[in-house]
Amino acid sequence: MTFDLQSLLLDAAELAAIVLFILGLRFLSSPATARLGNRLAAVGMLIALVAVLYSTHALGWWAILAGIAIGAAIGFFSALKVKMTAMPQMVALFNGAGGGAAGLISSVEFFVSVHPYGWTISVSLVLSAIIGCLSAAGSIVAFLKLQELMTGRPITYKGQQVVNGIVALGIVVLGVMLIATQGVDPAWVFLAMLAAALLLGVFFVLPIGGADMPVVISLLNSFTGVAVAITGFELNSNLLIISGSLVGASGTLLTILMGKAMNRPLTNVLFGAFGSGGGMETSTSSGGQQNVRATSVEDVAVMLAYAQQVVVVPGYGMAVAQAQHSVRELADQLEKRGVAVKYAIHPVAGRMPGHMNVLLAEANVPYNQLYDMDDINPEFPRTDVALVIGANDVTNPAARNVASSPIYGMPILDVDKAQNVVVLKRSMRSGFAGIENPLYELPNCSMLFGDAKASVSALTAAVKAV
Amino acid sequence: MNHGPDLFQLLTVFILAIFVGFEVISKVPTTLHTPLMSATNAIHGVVLVGAIVIVAQLFGGGTPSTALTVLGICAVALGTINVVGGFAVTERMLQMFKKREPAKK
Repeated sequence: MTFDLQSLLLDAAELAAIVLFILGLRFLSSPATARLGNRLAAVGMLIALVAVLYSTHALGWWAILAGIAIGAAIGFFSALKVKMTAMPQMVALFNGAGGGAAGLISSVEFFVSVHPYGWTISVSLVLSAIIGCLSAAGSIVAFLKLQELMTGRPITYKGQQVVNGIVALGIVVLGVMLIATQGVDPAWVFLAMLAAALLLGVFFVLPIGGADMPVVISLLNSFTGVAVAITGFELNSNLLIISGSLVGASGTLLTILMGKAMNRPLTNVLFGAFGSGGGMETSTSSGGQQNVRATSVEDVAVMLAYAQQVVVVPGYGMAVAQAQHSVRELADQLEKRGVAVKYAIHPVAGRMPGHMNVLLAEANVPYNQLYDMDDINPEFPRTDVALVIGANDVTNPAARNVASSPIYGMPILDVDKAQNVVVLKRSMRSGFAGIENPLYELPNCSMLFGDAKASVSALTAAVKAV
Repeated sequence: MNHGPDLFQLLTVFILAIFVGFEVISKVPTTLHTPLMSATNAIHGVVLVGAIVIVAQLFGGGTPSTALTVLGICAVALGTINVVGGFAVTERMLQMFKKREPAKK
C-alpha cells in the first residue's frame, strides 16, 4: 500500500509541475506578469525535482548530489556573471547542456538496459540520442560564433551539402540498425551514431551567418525540447513528454515568426548561407559606396535638440559597443527638452529574438517606448530624425525595391522616410563584406562615424550644451 | 525486464502538449521573446528529472561501472546547469522589465 501512495504522490507532483509550467508560460506573455510566470515555472521544477529525488530511495544518492552540486554551481555562477549583451550565447550554452543531458541519458539507458527492450524504447532512445547530440554540438558552435571565439561569418565550402547529406544518411543507417535489433548491436554502432550526430550538429551551424543566429538559437531550443519529449517516451514520463513538447512547439513557433519577419523560408536560413556576417552589424560593403555624407556630433546634436520626434533604431552594433546606457542618457536629455523619443525594434535586430528589448530594458528604457516594426513604420514620415545605431540590413531600402538584392522582400524599418536619417557606424570600410545599403547615399541621410558608445555620449554632452 | 510503455497513450499526451504549446506561446509579444526563449530553455531542463531517474536505475542494479557512473553524473550536472542557469538568467532579464512612469520628467 505504501508503494501505491508513493507513486500517487509522485504523479501528483508531476501534474502540479506541468500545470505550473503551462501557467508560467502563460504569464510570460505580459511584461507585467512575466516575472511571476518565470517563478511559477521554477517552483514547478522544484516540486518535480523533490518528488523524483524522494522516489529514488536514495539509490545512487551521492552521484546524483554530486551532479546537482556541480551543475548548480556552474549554472548559477555563469547566469550571475553573464553580461546582458552576451545573453544569446549564454542561452545557447544552457540549451546545449539540456541537449547533452538528453543524449547522455539515452547513452546510459543503452548500456544498462536489457536488450531487446521493445519498440517504444528502442525508437525513442535512438531519436533522443540523435537530436540531443545534434542540439548540444550545434549550440556549442553557435556559442563559439557569438562569443567570437570563431568567425561569425558563414563557413562554406564546395560540396558542403553533399557532405552533410552523407553524414545525415550515416546517422539514419546506424539508427535504423539499432532500432531494428532493439539495441542488441555492439556498442560501436551506437557510439558511431552519437559521433555522427555530434558532427552533423557542428556542420549544420557552420554555414549559418551571425545575422541568422536568432533563428538558429530558437531552432536549437526547440530541438532540445523535442529531445527531452522523446526522452520522456524512453522513461515513460508524462512530465518530460509534456514539458519537452511545450518547448518544442514554442521554439518552432518563434522560429517561424522570425523567418516570417525576414520574409525568408527556414530552409533559406539554414542552407542559404546568407547573413554573411554583414547582417545587422556595423559593417557594410568594401568601399563600393562613395556618395555618403559624413556629419559631425555638433550638427547632429542641434538636429536632435530641435526635433519634435526622434526614433532610435538600435541594432547589433549597439550591443557590441555596449551603448544601451548611453542611448538612454541621450534619450533622457532629449525628453527633458520636450522631444518625443521612440525606439523602433525590428524583429530580427540583434542576435536573439527580442535582443534589443532586453538591452534597452537593462538600460531602464520603459518598454512602452519600444515599438514593433508594424507600429513604428507609419511614424517615420512624421519623424524628424531617425537615429540608426549599429543597425544595417533591417534599414536597407533595397529590401523594398531592388529585386536582385539578397534581402529583397524582407520587411524593413522605413527609416529612409524620416525627414533626416543619422547613421552611427564605425566606418564605411571596416567589417565584413556585407550587402550595400543604398540608404547611406540618400540625400536625407548622413553618417556619424565612430564607436557607437563614444558617439552617443558625445551627442548627449552636445545636446546638453545646445 | 523492461516492458514497453503504452505507446499510444504517450503519443496522445505528446500531441496534445504540442497544441497547448502553440496556443500558449502565440500570444507573447516580441518584447518578451528573449525571456520567453530563456524560460522555455529552463523548462526543458526538466530533463534533469530523467537524469536522476536513470542514475537511480543505474545504482538499482548493483554497483555500476565507473564509466557509466561518470556518464550519469555528467547527465545530472548538465541538466542542473540547464535548469539553474536558465531560470536565473530569465529572472535577471525580467528584473529589468520595469515599467517606468511616463511622467518621469
